Amino acid sequence: MSLLLKLLAQRIALGLLLLFLVSILIFSGTIILPGDVAQQILGQSATPEALANMRRDLGLNDPPIQRYFNWLGGVLQGDLGTSLTSGKDIAESIGKRLGNTLFLAFWAAIISVPLAILLGLIAVRYRERWPDKLISAVTLASISVPEFLIAYVAIFFVSVRLRWAPSVTTINDSMSLGEKLHTISIPIAVLTLVVLAHMMRMTRAAILNVMQSAYIETAELKGLRMFTIIWKHAFPNSIAPVVNVVMLNLAYLVVGVVVIEVVFTYPGMGQFLVDHVSKRDIPVVQACGLIFAAVYIGLNMFADIVSIVANPRLRHPK
Amino acid sequence: MNEELKFLSRQAALGTITRRKFLGRAGALGVSAAAANTMLASAVHAAGPQKGGTLRMGLQGGSTTDSLDPALATNTVAVNLIRMWGEPLVELTDDGGLQGKVAESFEASADAKTWTFTIRHGITFSNGQEVTAADAAAMLDRHSGEESKSGALGLLRDIKNVSTNGRDVIIELNNGNADLPYLMSDYHLIVQPNGGKDAPDAAIGTGPYIMKEVDMGVRFVAEKNPNYWGDIGHADTIEMLVINDNTARVAALQSGQVDIIDRVPPRTAGLVSRAPGITVASTAGPGHYVFIAHVNTAPFDNPDLMMALKYGINRQEMVDKILFGYGSVGNDSPINAAYPMYQEMEQREYDPEKAAAHFKKSGHEGPVLLRTSDNSFPGAPDAAALFQQSLKAAGIELEIKREPNDGYWSEVWNNKPFCTSYWGGRSTQDQMFTTAYLSTADWNDTRYKSESFDKLLIAARAELDQDKRKSMYADMGMMVRNEGGLICPMFNDFIDAHNDKIGGWVEGVAGFSLMNGYAAQRMWVTG
Repeated sequence: MSLLLKLLAQRIALGLLLLFLVSILIFSGTIILPGDVAQQILGQSATPEALANMRRDLGLNDPPIQRYFNWLGGVLQGDLGTSLTSGKDIAESIGKRLGNTLFLAFWAAIISVPLAILLGLIAVRYRERWPDKLISAVTLASISVPEFLIAYVAIFFVSVRLRWAPSVTTINDSMSLGEKLHTISIPIAVLTLVVLAHMMRMTRAAILNVMQSAYIETAELKGLRMFTIIWKHAFPNSIAPVVNVVMLNLAYLVVGVVVIEVVFTYPGMGQFLVDHVSKRDIPVVQACGLIFAAVYIGLNMFADIVSIVANPRLRHPK
Repeated sequence: MNEELKFLSRQAALGTITRRKFLGRAGALGVSAAAANTMLASAVHAAGPQKGGTLRMGLQGGSTTDSLDPALATNTVAVNLIRMWGEPLVELTDDGGLQGKVAESFEASADAKTWTFTIRHGITFSNGQEVTAADAAAMLDRHSGEESKSGALGLLRDIKNVSTNGRDVIIELNNGNADLPYLMSDYHLIVQPNGGKDAPDAAIGTGPYIMKEVDMGVRFVAEKNPNYWGDIGHADTIEMLVINDNTARVAALQSGQVDIIDRVPPRTAGLVSRAPGITVASTAGPGHYVFIAHVNTAPFDNPDLMMALKYGINRQEMVDKILFGYGSVGNDSPINAAYPMYQEMEQREYDPEKAAAHFKKSGHEGPVLLRTSDNSFPGAPDAAALFQQSLKAAGIELEIKREPNDGYWSEVWNNKPFCTSYWGGRSTQDQMFTTAYLSTADWNDTRYKSESFDKLLIAARAELDQDKRKSMYADMGMMVRNEGGLICPMFNDFIDAHNDKIGGWVEGVAGFSLMNGYAAQRMWVTG
C-alpha cells in the first residue's frame, strides 16, 4: 500500500511541476505578444506621459523575472490581480464565468459520459452486427461535422421551427435550475454529439481487447450472459484507457467550447477570454490561461491516478 | 378597406381579439397573410402606444470589457444602454433637426461664439436629485479636461469657458460654431450628477429607464423610471442581450426570444424579411465603406493615379454585390443626403477608358498595393476583389494584401498608405470634415492637407446664413471629391429587424441604427 501512496504522491508532484512550467510559458507568452502592453491599452492617441504612467502602474519597468515571481506569489495566495480594462478583481469576475462554464460542462458530461459508455457496451455486445454499425456510423458522422454546423442546424430545427428550446442561452441568477437546464438544452445536446464518438469508440476498442482473454472464455463456458460478462468482467479491466479518454473529453468540455459559447451566446469562460485578448488585458488572459491549464492537468492527473489504482500491474514497475 | 376588416384590425391592435384570430378572420375574408400583417401593423400604429410589458433586444457589439461610463462608450450596445438611463442636453429629431432633452431651449449670440442652454425645469435624476446647470457644466468639464479619456474630447477642444447662471449653462467658444448644439447631442455627453465626476459608471441620469441588472457583454435589464419627465418609455421592462454572432442574432429573432435586433447581414436580409411576422427595416444613414489612400505618400501623391483609381471603381456593382442593395452609391465625398446641408453633386461613374487615360498620364508602373481585412467593413475582401476586376478592365493592376483582423485599426488603418476602412458618419458636415479632413485632425486617414479647405471649414462653422453655408459645404465636398484620397463606393444602410409583437417603428430616423438608439424607448409591446 505504501508503494501505491508513493506512486500517487509522485503523480501529484509531477502535475504541480507541470503546472509551474505552464505558468512560466503563459507568462512569457503574454510578454512576447507583439506591441507594448501600455501602448495597446491606451491606443494610438496616447501621450508619452500617459504611457509612462501606465508602464509604472503595471510594473512594466521591473525585470521580467521579478514580475513573474510577483505574479506567481499573488496567484499562490489566491490573488489574480485586477483587470486593466474594468479595474475589477479578476478572481471575482472569472468566478462567475467559470461557474457557468462548469455548469454547462457538468450537464453535458452527466449525459454524454454514461451514454458513451453504454453505447460502447452495446456495440461490443452486438459487434459486427447492425446495432454496432449504426452506433459507429451515427457517432462518427456527428464528430466529423464541425460543431458550429451541428449547432446551427439544431438551432434552425429545434429553436426556430419547433420552438422547443431557446437558441440564445444567456442564463442568469434569477432563473431556477429547471429554467436553466431548459435554456441550455440545445448546447448540451450539441456538445454530447461532439464528444460522444471519441469516448464510445475507445470504450468499444478497450473492451474488445479484453474480450480476447482466456478468462472471458472461461466466463462464457460457465454460461454467463454476454452482457454480464462485458459489464462485470471485461469493463473493469479496460477502465484505464476509458477513463483517460473520458478525462480528455471533460477537459475539452471546459476549455474548448468557445465556438459553442459564441453560437449560443453562452456567458462562459471562452468568450470572456477572447474579449480580454482583443483588449490586451494581460492579467485576465494570464489568469484564464492558468485556470485552463490547471483544469487540463488536473483532469489528466485524475485519469492517471485512476489507472494506477485500477491496474495492479502499474504499481509494480520493473 | 373593408369595414369589417378595419374594425377587426383595430380590435387586434387594442388586444381585444388575438393576433392569430385576426389573421384567421382576415383570411376568411379573402385577404392574404402578408396584407393582413401590414394592415395590422398600421392599425397598431394608429391605436397609439400601449403601456407595459417587456421589450427584448438582441444587439451586436458588446464586450465583457465595456464600461457604463458614457465617456468610454464606443459600440452600439453602449449607445443603446446610455439612451435608457441618460440623456444629453439636446437630441436629434427624426429628420435630423434638434430638440431639447435635458436642456429645454438653447440660443446663440450673433457671432455664434456664446451659447446658452437652459436646463429643463424641475426634472430629477433617477436618484431623486434635481438636475442643475452646475451638473451640466461639470459634465462638459469632465469630458473636455486634459486628462479626459472621453470619446467626445475632440469635439469640445474649442470651448474656452463654461459658466452657469440660474438654470442657464453658458458656453463660450474660441471660434464661432453654428453647430454647437449638434455637438451637444453626442451620446458621450450625458448629464450625470456632478457631471459624472464622482461616479462615472453609476448609470444615474434623467433617462426613461433605470438599470436593474448589468452583466457586461452579456445581458442588461432596465425598468421604467416612474419619475421620467418625457413621453417615451412605454414598456415596463427592457431586456437587452448581447448576441455578437450574426446567425445567432437572426435565429433569436426568428425563434421569438428577442423582439428586435440590429445589423441583419445584408446577405440574408431578404430571407429574414420573408419570415412570417418579421419586418426588416433599412434606414439610410451617413455611414460609408471606403478605400483610403494617403495623398502625401507615393504613389498616391500623384493626382492622376488617384483619379485613375476613382474612375476605375464600379460603385453600382459594389452596392449590388456587397450591400445587396441595402445602400446607395458614393461619390468620393464623405457627405450624402443624410446631412442637413447636403447639396447634390454630379455623380462620378465607372469609366475604364478615362481611368486608363489618367493612369497612362500618371506614368505609374507596376501594381498598386491595397491592404484589407474582414473587419475593415463587412465584405471588404470581396469588395477589394471587385475593385481589382474593375481596374483590370482599365489595364491597372491592383495587388491585394489580406491583413489580420487583430491589430488592423492600430497597424494598418491610418498608418499604411492604401487600405479599406469604414466611417460611421457624423451628424453634421462640420463634424465629419473636422474629424477626418482638416489638416490637423488626428484621424485624417487620407492625409488630405489643404489650406484653402481648412480656411473654408473654419469660416463655414461660424456662418449663420444657411444658404451661404450650404454652398460652402458643397465646395468643400467637391474639393475632397477631386483632390482627396477618399474613394467612396457606397453608403451602407442600417438594417434592423423586429417582430410583430412590438409596434411603433418609425422609418428613416436620422442618426444611428435602431431609430438613433431610441427604438426600445419609443416602441411598445402590443401583446
